[in-house]
Amino acid sequence: MTFLAKPKLHHPGLPKNALGYTRRDYEGAVSTLCAGCGHDSISAAVIQAFFNLDIEPHRVAKLSGIGCSSKTPTYFLGNSHGFNSVHGRMPSVLTGANLANRDLIYLGVSGDGDSASIGIGQFMHVLRRAVNMVYIVENNGVYGLTKGQFSATADKGSKAKRGAINTDEPIDLVMLALELGATFVARSFSGDKAQLVPLIEAAVLHKGAAFIDVVSPCVAFNNHPGSTKSYDYVREHNASVNALDVMVPRDPITAEYGSGSLEEVVLHDGGTMRLRKVHADFDPTNRLAAMNFLHDRAAAGEIVTGLLYTRPDAHDLHDAQETVDVPLNALTDADLVPGSVALAALNASLR
Amino acid sequence: MARRTKEPIARINDFVVKFANVNGSGSASANALFARAILRMGVPVSARNIFPSNIQGLPTWYEVRVTAAGWRGRRGGVDLMVAMNPQTWDKDVGELEGGGYLFYDSTRELPATSFRSDVTVLGMPLTAICNAAYTDARQRQLFKNIIYLGALSALLAIDPAEIERLFAEQYRGKEALSDSNRKALALGRDYALANFACPLPMRVERADAVGNRIFIDGNNAAALGCVFGGATVCAWYPITPSSSLAEAFAKHCRKLRVDAATGRHKYAIVQAEDELASIGMVIGAAWNGARAFTATSGPGISLMQEFIGLAYFAEIPAVLFDIQRGSPSTGMPTRTQQADVLLCAYASHGDTKHPLLFPEDPTECFTMAALALDLADRLQTPIFVLSDLDIGMQDWLTAPLAWDDRRVLDRGKVMKAEELSAGKTFGRYLDADGDGIPYRTYPGTHATRGSYFTRGTTKDRYARYTEEGPAYVDNMQRLLHKFETAKSLVPAPVIEKADKPARAGVIWYGSTGAAMSESLAALAATGIHLDRMRIRSFPFADSVEAFIAAHEHVFVVEQNRDAQLRMLLVNECGIDPAKLISVLHYDGTPVTARFITQEIGEKAAHFNVTPLRKVAPLGAAD
Repeated sequence: MTFLAKPKLHHPGLPKNALGYTRRDYEGAVSTLCAGCGHDSISAAVIQAFFNLDIEPHRVAKLSGIGCSSKTPTYFLGNSHGFNSVHGRMPSVLTGANLANRDLIYLGVSGDGDSASIGIGQFMHVLRRAVNMVYIVENNGVYGLTKGQFSATADKGSKAKRGAINTDEPIDLVMLALELGATFVARSFSGDKAQLVPLIEAAVLHKGAAFIDVVSPCVAFNNHPGSTKSYDYVREHNASVNALDVMVPRDPITAEYGSGSLEEVVLHDGGTMRLRKVHADFDPTNRLAAMNFLHDRAAAGEIVTGLLYTRPDAHDLHDAQETVDVPLNALTDADLVPGSVALAALNASLR
Repeated sequence: MARRTKEPIARINDFVVKFANVNGSGSASANALFARAILRMGVPVSARNIFPSNIQGLPTWYEVRVTAAGWRGRRGGVDLMVAMNPQTWDKDVGELEGGGYLFYDSTRELPATSFRSDVTVLGMPLTAICNAAYTDARQRQLFKNIIYLGALSALLAIDPAEIERLFAEQYRGKEALSDSNRKALALGRDYALANFACPLPMRVERADAVGNRIFIDGNNAAALGCVFGGATVCAWYPITPSSSLAEAFAKHCRKLRVDAATGRHKYAIVQAEDELASIGMVIGAAWNGARAFTATSGPGISLMQEFIGLAYFAEIPAVLFDIQRGSPSTGMPTRTQQADVLLCAYASHGDTKHPLLFPEDPTECFTMAALALDLADRLQTPIFVLSDLDIGMQDWLTAPLAWDDRRVLDRGKVMKAEELSAGKTFGRYLDADGDGIPYRTYPGTHATRGSYFTRGTTKDRYARYTEEGPAYVDNMQRLLHKFETAKSLVPAPVIEKADKPARAGVIWYGSTGAAMSESLAALAATGIHLDRMRIRSFPFADSVEAFIAAHEHVFVVEQNRDAQLRMLLVNECGIDPAKLISVLHYDGTPVTARFITQEIGEKAAHFNVTPLRKVAPLGAAD
């Protein structure tokens, strides 16, 4: 019953952001997912991130494919246009939408079935095409809506709720994203909002293809002993490489960091990301080193989370297309139609 | 050389020349010059490349029908064969009409058994001439084509000045190239003048029958239609015979759609990873208010089915060019057919119907491309332009492209921020105007009003998810009503009466028209008079039903095996199938007037359309 409206009344003392919006203005309809679903935590993090960034909700377009994760755009940013497209094909729809209007912010939401199985082709190509977007995979290793089949990100040897053991190799979307040239790559855990919210903020501010793999346990079908995507398992094996604080240009720099190495990354619009390094030997601006590090830690059984790679000076698809600044959907007839004189010249050249 | 047993063909401005070449040998440009030079002399031609699915090495043909009458179809048969490919020699020689001419490279002597006694043989040592004149291997190859063009100009009385002017235009700014081509042309011409009785009794004479018509292929014209129709996003995946449409769009945009001050583009073109992605991008772009299209062929439409259903049900504009080719499956990728009619009309699972446009030539490819972009926005649904290889990839002599500068692009029902602020009711799937077409908003329009969720699942009039039966039926009925509205927006059929009162009629669509007018003239000459209707779109206008109702029998001429348009007529208009008599041609070659005349002639006799009378195939008396 996703069309049930939430009560509109809220506490008058709710904090407002620079636009005068409260957090409630960034909410959507009531979730119809299972109680305790990791995806709802991700929706909450999305709401918090856009509130923090002072972005008008209607300037965001949220697109998804099919599946539990793809239902979530209904549950946040209720004043944004949303597009629940077809299974595994959100990336192409988002690419087209982005070409039509470069001024909106594009948020793609997908799942591991949607992106790693049926949609892996489009997942790969949207990253290598450098579409300016935030692409979140809510990764639970399982098909929830169809009741518990393994997905392509399920670890080899992990156990399904009904006892079957997965015999196929898993696909690591983070490694794929790095390989294919995504210019912002992160992994997080739906249970770690403190890490996830700034990662989403940084991804929104990043120009280019930003990908976040969020491990998000399925309480109904993948939260049992033997699963490698359960709350318990991920908490035990989570190895965060850094902690992130995002500062947009207008913010005073107030972040306080204790000892440990600090790294600043300047964003394309002049803002900065401050990374507190946990692993001293990890450099998130070195793609090859990040890939090696991830391989090493995966072999050691760790799920590495944090900002894994970013290239702050990245270009996007509109740079490659050399499109005009005016959104293509706002060009007028005068911009678009060459007119009868030009056509007469063309006719003359064809005789 | 060979002894002639039949009088050589003697005809002015009415004959067929066929070039048998090897793919990748550079013959295409020389052959196109041949056709264009004749056009410049004011004599109409209809020209066709017949080529394999191959880049280099396989046989390829170019057929030029010189036709004072301006017929646009293939005639069938060949009067002069330029046999440059030993691989296909026997077949090529066999195709010649009795009394025809065989031009070939006589550098290597061929046994007498290789020739026919009823044709005039014109041997010219092309390779030897080339080898003597050029040392570079590539030059020898390329200029060989120009040398035979020179020889043909002498044999057929084509004014060499016209060819030289074409060189000058083609190589403007590259005078050295123009010069060397002129020399090669003269080399061939001089040899022919010295060694053959030039000109032949079958030749070209200057006329004034071309007028202001242009020589252009349908894909190029459709691409221009997309530029003029305001398309800004093109997403495509290469597939014969549609690729040249997207490539032509890119070429024209580079000239016509670049911001003069910044050099930046007022368009975006993405070569997608597959057809699924290309239609996805088109739908995403159109959802967001850009005019978008894709170009593909049958296999691509098969892949796009799921997305087409989404665009139909969620009501998102999209324009799809289907340049039909031989099918099913990979079929005959470089041959023509009209076999995707049903695939497109009912594309995707569930109850769906889509408007189709059937251009008959490149001129209509232009007008229908621009129209399709308007219709997609107006009707908020996928629009199919069903061209085919014969229109898409062949140069046609066709009416010049025209644009009315007063025309305003129709962006359909889009609610703006001011209207939303003023409190105008917005229901994404609400039939506010009673025509079945709802209003939409572009994403990002208004801070608090007009946003909605687009989905392929069932929704109510306000775009809210629902699985309630009545809401579903309400929406499906409105979609049907919208399709009814489309009837009045798509191009009406072109209906013409026969010269004499007729009991029977004939229906055709698309590239079949190239052969129809010639066939109708031939049939009339044998006493078979048919009223005619060229269908230009689906859904069918009421006048389509009325035309069929007004005749005892109606022939339906199509280029597919299963009579797909006939099926659509029977299905959509509730017509008695016995009334519609199929004439079907589907071997991958464009249908000829000879074929249609023969078929209708025989069937007309059977159905007692006119007094019994055997029809002789056109040209059989030659």
